[in-house]
Amino acid sequence: MKALVYVTLKPDVLDPQGVAVAASAHSLGYQALRAVRQGKLFEVELAAADERAARTQLQELCEKLLANPVIEDYRIERIEA
Amino acid sequence: MFAVLQFPGSNDDRDMLFALKSVLGVPARLVWHKETELPPNTQGVLLPGGFSYGDYLRPGAMARFSPIMAAVLRFAEAGGLVLGTCNGFQILCEAGLLPGALRPNRTLQFICERVWVRVENARTPFTSRARAGQLLRLPIKHGDGAYFVAADELARMQERGQIVLRYADASGAVSEAANPNGAIANIAGIVNEAGNVFGLMPHPEHAVEPLLGGGDGRAILGSLLDAVRQRAEVRA
Repeated sequence: MKALVYVTLKPDVLDPQGVAVAASAHSLGYQALRAVRQGKLFEVELAAADERAARTQLQELCEKLLANPVIEDYRIERIEA
Repeated sequence: MFAVLQFPGSNDDRDMLFALKSVLGVPARLVWHKETELPPNTQGVLLPGGFSYGDYLRPGAMARFSPIMAAVLRFAEAGGLVLGTCNGFQILCEAGLLPGALRPNRTLQFICERVWVRVENARTPFTSRARAGQLLRLPIKHGDGAYFVAADELARMQERGQIVLRYADASGAVSEAANPNGAIANIAGIVNEAGNVFGLMPHPEHAVEPLLGGGDGRAILGSLLDAVRQRAEVRA
């Protein structure tokens, strides 16, 4: 089974990398760009009986490893067989 | 006996060992992260700076799962004294032994310089040789040193005296200009609620000899030594 896991910073956490990317975009002339928040995307392959089992495993993995719950949120998307 | 942990990518482990053994004259040894037990009679555990596991995922995120960390968690839960500098601080936060997290520096630049930190709480086992308000001159060298914790938790930490060190200027003023990395509330070092686990971004082990730029780090490592000796006397 394959899944996509997005890990993003909580809204109140400063993201200096996103700010720097936005500043670079502005210097390239993309004035319409308002803000950038940088996150992570994990492509995960796992063995699981069904989508629900996969989601349970992935949630555990996010809480313990992929995300730091103090500063990050996660979102599990597109689980495919 | 002091145990200095050694993770793949640690690089201040031998400096910490030198500070303890050669400068303070206490027994200490390196403990490889694959070990599952701390040495017998361990009185203090030190997590050194460096880039454990190449800072993959997040600094400290991988080291937290090293086999030795289970023993460190047990040691800390039993009240044992644990001190983490720099990457060691990051590991302690990731392991849940300290609240909060370390984020990339506000400037995104690696910072390597000497800074002033103000002792906010001198009643910890790590600052007893200092007095409240005292300024220490210590080196920092990090890319991810911006301490962050949610506002409600920060308020609780302040009430409990968990904020131990803050970045300040030479006059002792805790100001935005004196904040090198964007740490919330200028925080440079904190203890856990029980007060036996200390994490700080500055490097006391790199400030133990005046010949090498200053000796203020002794105030911190010396306090730890005093605390260990006091505990040994109580037991005896």
